[in-house]
Amino acid sequence: MDWLNTIVQGVLIGGLYAMFAAGLSLIFGVMRLVNIAHGDLIVLAAYLALVTIETLGVGPIASLTIVVPLMALIGYALQRVLLNHTLGDDLLPPLLVTFGLSVIIQNGLLEVFTADSRRLSAGAIEVATWPIANGLAVGVLPLIQFTAAVVVIGLLQMLFYRTALGRAFRATSDDPRVAQLMGLNNHHVFALAMALSLAVIAIAGVLLAIRTNFDPAIGPARLIFGFEAVIIGGLGNLWGTLAGGIILGVAQAIGAKLDPGWQLLAGHIAFLAVLAFRPEGLFPRIR
Amino acid sequence: MSVPAFRVAYGGASHRASAALLAIAILALAAAPLWADRQTLRLLSEIFAYMALASLWNLLAGYAGLVSVGQHAYVGLGAYMLFALTIFAGLHPLLAIPLSALAGALVAIPVAALVFRLRGHYFAIGTWVIAEVFRLVAAQLAALGGGSGTSLPAAIVTSIAETRQAREFAIYWTALILAVGIVGLIVLLLRSRYGLALTAIRDNELAARSNGVSVIRVKFIVYVVTAFGTAAVGALIFLQKLRISPDAAFSVNDWTAFVIFITVIGGIGRVEGPIIGTLVFFLLRQTLADLGSLYLMMLGAVAIVVMLKAPKGLWGLVVARFGWQVFPLQRHVTLGDEPSGAESIDPPHLPPIGSRH
Repeated sequence: MDWLNTIVQGVLIGGLYAMFAAGLSLIFGVMRLVNIAHGDLIVLAAYLALVTIETLGVGPIASLTIVVPLMALIGYALQRVLLNHTLGDDLLPPLLVTFGLSVIIQNGLLEVFTADSRRLSAGAIEVATWPIANGLAVGVLPLIQFTAAVVVIGLLQMLFYRTALGRAFRATSDDPRVAQLMGLNNHHVFALAMALSLAVIAIAGVLLAIRTNFDPAIGPARLIFGFEAVIIGGLGNLWGTLAGGIILGVAQAIGAKLDPGWQLLAGHIAFLAVLAFRPEGLFPRIR
Repeated sequence: MSVPAFRVAYGGASHRASAALLAIAILALAAAPLWADRQTLRLLSEIFAYMALASLWNLLAGYAGLVSVGQHAYVGLGAYMLFALTIFAGLHPLLAIPLSALAGALVAIPVAALVFRLRGHYFAIGTWVIAEVFRLVAAQLAALGGGSGTSLPAAIVTSIAETRQAREFAIYWTALILAVGIVGLIVLLLRSRYGLALTAIRDNELAARSNGVSVIRVKFIVYVVTAFGTAAVGALIFLQKLRISPDAAFSVNDWTAFVIFITVIGGIGRVEGPIIGTLVFFLLRQTLADLGSLYLMMLGAVAIVVMLKAPKGLWGLVVARFGWQVFPLQRHVTLGDEPSGAESIDPPHLPPIGSRH
C-alpha cells in the first residue's frame, strides 16, 4: 500500500510537470524556439500571484484571473519586442537571448523579493485528503492540480486541431513562408503562441506555488522537468507529454522513497534512459 | 589549359607585429611574480581561467555550433577529480590537473553519445541536465563531504610548495600556462584541416556537409576536446580555492552564464572575441561588483543587446572598422610563386576533411 501511495503521488505531481512541458512544446512546435527562460517565467508567475494575493486579499485560485491575462500580455509583448527578432536559421540568437532573459528574471526577482522561500496559502484545502482505501489517501489539492493539467492539455489539443487559431499555429509551424502568403501575419501568430504558452505557465506557476515553497532560484529546475517530460513523451504529442510528465513524477517519487537524495536523480535517470534507448520518445507523433 | 600557380597563405606582415606584441605580453605576464602583489596575481589567475573557459566555449558554440549551457558540468567534474585524485590517490596536485582533464574527456565520450541525440535547441537544455546529474551525484559522494563539500587537507596544500608565496607563484604560472596553452591549441586546431572544417560549419553547416565535411565527427571531436580543457581549468580554479562543494563547483552562473556573456560581448566565432570579452568583463566587475545581482542583470541585458544589434560582438565591430586580426587564421590565395611575406602552405590537394580513410 505504501508503494501504491508513492506511485499515486508521483502520477499527481506528473500533471504539474506536464503543464510545464505543454507551454514549452507549444512554442517549440510553432516557431522552433526553446525558451530557456521558461522556468524563470513560471517562478515570475508565482511571484505575481503572491503580489496579487497580498494587495487584493484574494485567494490563490482567484488570483489566476489577474495573473493569467497579465502573463499572456507579457508573453505577447516579449515575442513582439524581443524574440521575433531572434528567429531565423541561426540557433544562437534565440538560445542566447532567452538565456540572458533567464538570468535577468532570476536576479530581478532576487533583488525585489530576496532569496527567502515563499509559499501561497490556499487554506484548509491544502491538507484535505480523500480516503480511497485503507491506508491510501489522495490529497484533494494534488488531485485538483492533476485535473487542471488534464483539462489544460485537453483544451490546448482542441485549440490546436479544432480552431482557426490552431490552424494558424499549425500552418506557421509547417511552413512559415507559405503561411505568410496565405495572409497570416507570422509575427502576430508567434506572439499569440507565446501569450498562450505564458498563460499555461501562469496556471502552472500558481499551482506549483500552492504546493511547494518557491524562491527566485528554482526556475531552471522547472525548465528541466518540463523539457524532460517533452522528450520522454515524444515531440509533438501533447498527450504523450502528459504521459512523460507522469513517468517523470513517478520516477522521482520512487527515487525519493528509496533515499531522499535520489529524488531528482531518479527523474534524470529515467530521462537519460529514454534518450539512450528510445531517443524519439515513448509516444512520438505518428504521421 | 594551364592553371595559374597559386599559394594559400595565412596572414601577412601585420601578423609579425601582433605576434611580437603577444610574445612581449606573455613574457611580461610570466614575470608578474616579480612586479605584482599577491592580490594582483590572484586576479590575473582568475582572468586567465575565464579567458580559457570562454575560449573553449567559443570553440564549442561559435565554431562547432554546439550551444551548450551545461559546461559547468566539466568545470565541476575537473574540480572533483582533482580533489579525489589528491586526497584518495595521493597524487601531486599539479600532476592531478592533466589527469582530471583526461577524466573530463573520457566522461565526455558517452555523454556526447547521449546528448548528440538532441537536435539544436534541445541539445542546449540536454547539456544542462547532464550538469545537474553531475551535481547531484557529487552531492551523494559522502567521502568528499556530500552536499556541504570539503576542504583540501593541509598536507596536500603544502605538497605544492613549502611556502605560501611559492605556492601562489606555482598556481599563477599554471593558470598562465593553461590559458596560453588552451588559446594556442585552439589556434593550432583552427589552422589544421579540422579548422577549415570548423570554419565551414560555422559559416554554413549544410554547405560544409555537401563539401564532404563529416559534421558529426568534427563536432564530436570538438565536444571531447572542450571537455578536456574545461575540466583542466575547473581543477585549477578549485586548487586555488582549496575548498569544494557541489553548488560552487557546478555553479551555472559562475561557469556558464558569465562565460557565455563574456564570449557574446567580446565576439562569438572569433578567437580574439573571448579574450576581449574577458578583459571587458573584469573591467566592469572591478567597478560594478558591489551591485551584486544587479551586475548580473546588466551583463545579461548587454549580452542580449549585443546579440541583437551587433551579433559579432565588440571584436566584430573592431574587425569591421579596422580589419585587425591578432591571430593568423584567415587563409587567402595569392597568385604566383612569390610568398608575399607570409607563411604559406601547400595548395589544398588534401583528402576530404573529417572523412574516414
